[in-house]
Amino acid sequence: MTPSLLYAFAGAGLCGIGMFGFIQLRHLLRKLLAFNLIGSGTFLVLVGLAQHGQGPDAVPQALVLTGIVVSIAATALAIVLIRRYFHLSGHTSLEADDSDSGQGGAE
Amino acid sequence: MLEWFLDLLLVTALLTTAIATLSSRDLFRAVVVFIAFGLLMAVAWVRLQAPDIALAETAIGAGLTGVLLLDAVSHFRRGGTVAASGRSDAAGGREQ
Amino acid sequence: MKRILAVTLPLLASMALVLLLGASLWSIAGSQTPVNLPELLAGKMNESGVNHPVTAVLLNFRSYDTLLEIAVLVIAGITGISMARTASLEDPELRTSDSLLYALQRWFIPLMLLLAGYLLWAGADRPGGAFQAGAVLAGCGVLMRLGGIPLGFLRPGLLLRVGLGLGFAVFLLVAVLSAMAGEAFLAYPPGMTKPLIITIETVLTFSIAMVLLALFVSAPVNDAGAPGEDDS
Repeated sequence: MTPSLLYAFAGAGLCGIGMFGFIQLRHLLRKLLAFNLIGSGTFLVLVGLAQHGQGPDAVPQALVLTGIVVSIAATALAIVLIRRYFHLSGHTSLEADDSDSGQGGAE
Repeated sequence: MLEWFLDLLLVTALLTTAIATLSSRDLFRAVVVFIAFGLLMAVAWVRLQAPDIALAETAIGAGLTGVLLLDAVSHFRRGGTVAASGRSDAAGGREQ
Repeated sequence: MKRILAVTLPLLASMALVLLLGASLWSIAGSQTPVNLPELLAGKMNESGVNHPVTAVLLNFRSYDTLLEIAVLVIAGITGISMARTASLEDPELRTSDSLLYALQRWFIPLMLLLAGYLLWAGADRPGGAFQAGAVLAGCGVLMRLGGIPLGFLRPGLLLRVGLGLGFAVFLLVAVLSAMAGEAFLAYPPGMTKPLIITIETVLTFSIAMVLLALFVSAPVNDAGAPGEDDS
């Protein structure tokens, strides 16, 4: 057990938390936050597992750097799409019909 | 021993802020906690000896994502009142 | 009953995911890695043209990833722009009239530009590089945008197209030219590695900043009275 492995396990936990939120939350912006949590967890797993026992490793670090920039672009695009969706439909969640019944539990 | 303690503390903080982000009732608060999560991630990258990722995470996680998300939240708040006056069927409390 | 099931089922599924991930992490961590990547990288460093391993991986050994990444960014930027209304660029309501913001702008924008330049330059032998510099540059643009400084180059037109496409185009041009000169696709000709990497990094910085800024600016505003934008 090295500190790197600890961060890898924390990444696995973040993936789980994010996945739960992604399924459970209704507001699209919250879904986006949960999705970003999954992404951060994945990055931690990638780097933490690769550096377990052999010190800093530039290859997974470079891949994660690329991943972070792509994920911010994806997040920005998702925000544009969500705002457009809100603008056109007036809803912030995909299940517009039962949004009244599901509001209390999820938000 | 001290380093282990710090690592454990950081990991706990990461997981706690992640849960707080998703369980917060107020959308604005959720976004602010998410920005804090991004900064903690930057510290975690430093602990993993990845200063490049830490730099990118600080610039992106704290700066750009924060601005984008906060802008979107204020947009929903403003839009919520506009929509409430025009459409009564789907407006109530949605922006919270 | 149905509500309880709707919460418990995802919770159980997520916990199973965490346990599965944790178990596989544990078993992978216990096994020996077949190749020692850091050692391999250290042996090839003097061929890469730069002194910082992460930059060497990003722009030389795994430059294919970076090429595809900038392609993805450009596509995301174009998609975002196509959602926008061009009139919203001039919307006075978007400006934040805050004296603190103005003061911050006066002090921070030159500093941030300097920081972006430094980060780009530092990429050769220290932590830094095109991605970080691009992010700082985009942050700088966001600050200017919030303060109401007109950013004419973000309007649809030649400058926007050139700015978005420049990074990908130059990168692809270098890749194809080196392939035509007899090397492999994306293999830099010997002796020209460092200048080529610096050129690519510079154009990448501008393109990344442009894409991120365009995605920020193109977020649709909720203008109820806009013609043709009403949902009814």
